[in-house]
Amino acid sequence: MKHLVSIRDLSRQDALSLLSSAQELSQVNERSIKKLPTLRGRTVVNLFYENSTRTRISFEIAAKRLSADVINVSADSSSVTKGESLKDTAQTLEALGADCIVLRHPTSGAAHQLANFGWINSSVINAGDGTHEHPTQALLDALTIQQKLGEDLSEMKVLIVGDIRHSRVARSNAILLGMLGARVEFAGPDSLVPIELKNLAASISNDFDVSIANKPDVVMMLRVQRERMLENFKDSQREYINQWSLSRERLQKLAKRTLIMHPGPINRGLEISPEAAEDPRSVILQQVKNGLAVRMAVLHRLLSEEQ
Amino acid sequence: MILKGVTLPNGEVTDVEIESGCISSIKRTTSSGLDCDGLVLLPGFVDLHAHLRQPGFEESETVLSASQSAAAGGYTTVFAMANTEPTQDSPATVQYVSCLGEQVGLVRVRPIGAITKGLQGKELAPLAAMAASSAQVKVFSDDGNCLVNVDLMREALLEVKKFGGVIAQHAQDHQQTVGAQMNDGKLSIELGLTGWPRAAEEQIIARDVELAIETDSRLHVCHVTTAGGVEVIRWAKAKGAKVTAEVTPHHLLLNEELVRSYDPVYKVNPPLRTEEDTFALRRGLLEGTIDVLATDHAPHSKERKECEWQSAAFGMVGFEIAASVLFKVLILEGEGDWNDFARIMSIKPSEIGGLTKIGNPVEGSVADLVLFDPTTSRVISKQTHSLSTNNPWAGLELPGRVVHTMFQGRLTVKDGELVG
Repeated sequence: MKHLVSIRDLSRQDALSLLSSAQELSQVNERSIKKLPTLRGRTVVNLFYENSTRTRISFEIAAKRLSADVINVSADSSSVTKGESLKDTAQTLEALGADCIVLRHPTSGAAHQLANFGWINSSVINAGDGTHEHPTQALLDALTIQQKLGEDLSEMKVLIVGDIRHSRVARSNAILLGMLGARVEFAGPDSLVPIELKNLAASISNDFDVSIANKPDVVMMLRVQRERMLENFKDSQREYINQWSLSRERLQKLAKRTLIMHPGPINRGLEISPEAAEDPRSVILQQVKNGLAVRMAVLHRLLSEEQ
Repeated sequence: MILKGVTLPNGEVTDVEIESGCISSIKRTTSSGLDCDGLVLLPGFVDLHAHLRQPGFEESETVLSASQSAAAGGYTTVFAMANTEPTQDSPATVQYVSCLGEQVGLVRVRPIGAITKGLQGKELAPLAAMAASSAQVKVFSDDGNCLVNVDLMREALLEVKKFGGVIAQHAQDHQQTVGAQMNDGKLSIELGLTGWPRAAEEQIIARDVELAIETDSRLHVCHVTTAGGVEVIRWAKAKGAKVTAEVTPHHLLLNEELVRSYDPVYKVNPPLRTEEDTFALRRGLLEGTIDVLATDHAPHSKERKECEWQSAAFGMVGFEIAASVLFKVLILEGEGDWNDFARIMSIKPSEIGGLTKIGNPVEGSVADLVLFDPTTSRVISKQTHSLSTNNPWAGLELPGRVVHTMFQGRLTVKDGELVG
C-alpha cells in the first residue's frame, strides 16, 4: 500500500488490519514515553491548502510519535489559480526529501491527482479533499465504534445526520462502515441529502425523530457550516435546529448504549446541544485520541512497507 | 491532377480530374494520377465550431497550427469562435482573423462574430457591419457566455434575419451552473464535484426555439449533450422552427465515467454526460434532428490542465479525430451511410454557415475534397498538429483515417502528412 486517497482503495482486509494495528499503536499513547523509532529519518510533510488545526496537529503528533521529521506547509488555496501549481509545490517538497505528503485541499480529487498522475513518487495521504473523502476520519470513527460496541460491526445501525451532500466525512464513513457490515442511514433535509446519495448508504431519512425511534447504535452529527447551510437550507437556522439538532429532548430518546459522535469542531447549540456533547454516551474526545492512533497506523503502513 | 479509383459516397468507383481549383470531370480515364484505390471521396469537412485562439491566446493555438490540425482532420473550412482577445465583435477583428486564415491558406477560416460587445451580454455588437465586411460573417455566437437576456436574444435573431445570418447559442443557464464541474447525478455526488444539471441546457434550448419560431429567424444550437435537448429540438423542428443543431465527437463517444480519474483532460463545457445520452445523440444525428458534427476544438496550454480539477480550463482538442469518431458511430456501429456522413460533415454545416458551392462533389464544384480510408484503424497519439495536448483521445484506437485533403484544388495533406 503506497497511498491512502480513498476508502475505496482499501479492501475489507486492509481496513481491518489497519484498525487492529491502530488499536495496538493506541497503547503507545498511554505510555509515559510516547515514542517509537519506526520512522526515524523519514520526512512527512503536512501540505494544507485549508485551515484545519485539529487535523494538522493530529497528523503532526502521529508522525512525531513514530520519530519521523515533520514539516508543516500551509499553502494559500487562492494561489491555486495564480501562483505555484500543486504539481510544482509537491515536486519541490519531494526534492527537499519528503517521503510522504499529507494533503488537505479544498478541491475534490486533489489527493487522487497527486497520488496517480506521476508527478511525484512520495506516498500521499488524503487529509480531506473538497467534498469528496476524508479516509482517516472514517478509520478513526470505525475504531471508536469497535472499542465501544465490539469489533464486529455487522448489522450495527449508524445514523449520520446533517449536511451529507457537502460532507467528505459522511462519504468516507458510509463507504467504510458499509464495507465492515454496518447499516448506515443518512438523515438531513432533502436539499442536503439528495436522493442520488442513496447508493452510498443503506437508507435515507428526512425525519430525525423517526430515525431515532429506529434505535440506532451510533448517532454521528456532522458539523454545520453556517454559510453553506444558509445557502442550501432555505429555512431559518432556528428551523434547522428544531428539525436536525441533537437537542436535549432527542438526547433523552436515545438508548443507553447509543454512541454520540462528532468529527469536530462542534457548534454547540447548533447541530448538537451542550448536554449531548457532554453526555456520558458522547465519545467525541475518544475520537480525537483515536485519530492519533489511526494516523500512526496509516503512516506506519505506507512508510515502513516502502522501505 | 487526377484522383484515380476513388469511391464516391454512392459506392461508384471512378476517377476525378481537378483543374484550376475545380472538379473538371468525374469519369474513368486512362491517364495516370494519384492512386486512391479503396479511398472514399467526400466533400471537404466544414467545422462550425472551433477555437483557434488567435489573437490573444497564441500559447494554446494559432491560426497556423489550428489550420494544420484541421487540414490533417480533413477540414477545408473552419468557423473560428468569437472568444478571442480582442473579441471578434467588430469588422476590424473579424477581418483580421479572416486575413490570418488566408495567409496560412490551408483551410478557409470563417470568423464567427460575437453577438454582444465583448461577449458581455449587455449590448449588441455591430452584426450587420460584420456581415457586410470582407469577412462575410454569417454566424454569431457569444460562445460560453450564453446569451441569457431574452430581449437581446430576440433582437439578435431579428437582426441576423435581415442578412440571412444565424445565431449559434451555447445553451447554459448560468444561474444553475455556478461552480459546476461535471454532469449532475450520482457520480457527481460520489466524486464530490458540483453537478451541472441537464435543465440548465434544456431550458435555454426550449426558450430559444420558441424565440426562433416567434421571430421566424435562424437558430443554431451548439453542442447538444442531453437526451432531453434532442427531444426539444425534435419538437421544434416538427413545429417548423428554423433550428439546426450540432453535436461534438466527445459527446457522441465519451461519457462521465471518465471523470472518475479526476484528470482535467476530461473537463469540458458542456460536460460529458451519461452513456444513455450518447446513444440519444447518435440517434438524433442519424435521424437528422441533430444536423452536424462540430468539434468545439478547444486547445489549452499545459498549465491550464495540469492542475486541480476545479481550477482547470474547460475544453479538449478535436479536429484530428472527428471523422473517425463519426465513422465509428454512424457507419460502423450505426445505420448511416457515406451520404449521411457527407451531409453531417460538409453539406449541412456549409448550408448553416452560409457558404456557397460546397456539396457532394460534382463536375464544376470547388475541389475541397477529402479521401478517407475506412479499412484501417489507428491509435491516437497525444501530440497532434495542435499546439496543445489536452487530448482525451490519446491512446484510444479509432477506425478510419484521413489520407488526403484537398483545399481549392491543392493537396494540403497527402498520405496523412501536411504538404509544404
